[in-house]
Amino acid sequence: MVENRPSPTVEASLTALAVSLRGVTKVYDNGVMALGPLDLAVRKGEFISLLGPSGCGKSTVLRLIAGLSAQSSGTVRMSRHEGPRQPGHGIGFVFQEPTLMPWTSVRENVRLPLRLGGVSKPEGRARADAALASVGLADFADAVPRELSGGMKMRVSLARALVTDPDILLMDEPFAALDEITRFRLNNDLLALWRSLGKTVIFVTHSVFESVYLSQRVVVMTARPGRIQADIRIETVEPRSEEFRTSTAYSDYCRKVSAALAPSYQGQSML
Amino acid sequence: MRFVLPIAVFAAGLAAWELVVRIRDVPPYVLPAPSVIFLTLIKDWAVLSQSLAVTLLTTLEGFIAASIGGIALALLFNQSKWVEYTLFPYAVVLQVTPVIAIAPLLLIYLEQQTAVVVCAFIVAFFPVLSNTTLGLNSVDRNLAGLFQLYGASPPQTLRFLKLPAALPYILGGLRIAGGLSLIGAVVAEIAAGTAGAGSGLAYRIAESGYRLNIPRMFAALLLLSLAGIVIYGVLALVSHLVLRRWHESALGKEA
Repeated sequence: MVENRPSPTVEASLTALAVSLRGVTKVYDNGVMALGPLDLAVRKGEFISLLGPSGCGKSTVLRLIAGLSAQSSGTVRMSRHEGPRQPGHGIGFVFQEPTLMPWTSVRENVRLPLRLGGVSKPEGRARADAALASVGLADFADAVPRELSGGMKMRVSLARALVTDPDILLMDEPFAALDEITRFRLNNDLLALWRSLGKTVIFVTHSVFESVYLSQRVVVMTARPGRIQADIRIETVEPRSEEFRTSTAYSDYCRKVSAALAPSYQGQSML
Repeated sequence: MRFVLPIAVFAAGLAAWELVVRIRDVPPYVLPAPSVIFLTLIKDWAVLSQSLAVTLLTTLEGFIAASIGGIALALLFNQSKWVEYTLFPYAVVLQVTPVIAIAPLLLIYLEQQTAVVVCAFIVAFFPVLSNTTLGLNSVDRNLAGLFQLYGASPPQTLRFLKLPAALPYILGGLRIAGGLSLIGAVVAEIAAGTAGAGSGLAYRIAESGYRLNIPRMFAALLLLSLAGIVIYGVLALVSHLVLRRWHESALGKEA
């Protein structure tokens, strides 16, 4: 599942949609309007970031796409997965916390989606080991999660999301709890994985800098109920590298995204 | 130091006790000296060891019944909220009614050995039930979401997620239940002792009391305490061995 595919020719795959949301709203049981109405289209192979103040419903969008939560109105559509049926219906999910099972080994954690999907043990173990190798943790398959650092746990979580070879990777503020240096490294590794695997990535973050560095499109959301405030394309020389982080183009984009984000938190009391 | 201090206090207490009894010349039917209790333990070992075996067997049966019953009931509650709402109040009623008050009734309706085991069960099953329920409800929400995303069936979720997540809680419940089943067995034996033949340690205590055989009372009491300590120790050890690789409670402070 992690064999190196040819780099996705981004322009060629722009036509097909991976996910589309139409007029989607989410109203909580207590009557609070959390989201929308929201329209969002994500093309196949695209890397987009959802950026917004906390509580704006970014995570809810991911949960709706993953089917972990049901929208109150509107439609959520996904491209049909081509090829054999796979566990998770073509979706990989990375949570804000590593969300690993502490009682079992790293390998078993990564194998879990395959195990639930009825993949045989030898095949599952081989695929889990391959996924671990792709995130640079081949030597830690037999460790238990508590023996790993925060960044390594997040890598395990990423390997688990990739093990089913999903078309779409949903990431919910995955690096928010990590220190900056670890985050930078994981950012680069994630970009490298995205380039080699050609997945569609929807990345939720509350960091302007991270969203600009990683994604091709930054979708800025308003405060609750979350709607789309701005949709900003980030165009730069690909593949991105650390040089982009210190370039003027990067800081220009950061300024632009920050300006788009400003209305959603200005005028709000700190309390 | 953690072990030396309590043992030192214990030894000092015993020495003081022995000394007071000898200096004051207290008769053994008022307060036997520790040395006398120890000698009685050896002299009466045949009787006492048999009684110990009876009590331990009762305790074990009650404990096993409580473990299986408590865990099974908790799993049942976990399957359906309605079952939980319907049955949980009865579990509470059983728990809050003092077992010493239920024991005489049980002894009327049930065979004596069965009644004693049922008493041990009643006292011990509640902590297993409530701890297991707590554990099954303490599953990480995101992990549960992950299982949902990958289309896990209810048995898969139970086996791979809920039971392992609940394990520390279940083991905590079992640790409490071990000591409680001994208490339940003793209470029932004492209640049964007045009603007919019995040969457990608690019965020996009651019997020795009537005969003013105070040293044997102390000896039997000593054995009961030791049994309780051993039961707790064994369950704590099992819990430690099972959890030592991953759960906070079993990890060293510096880990």
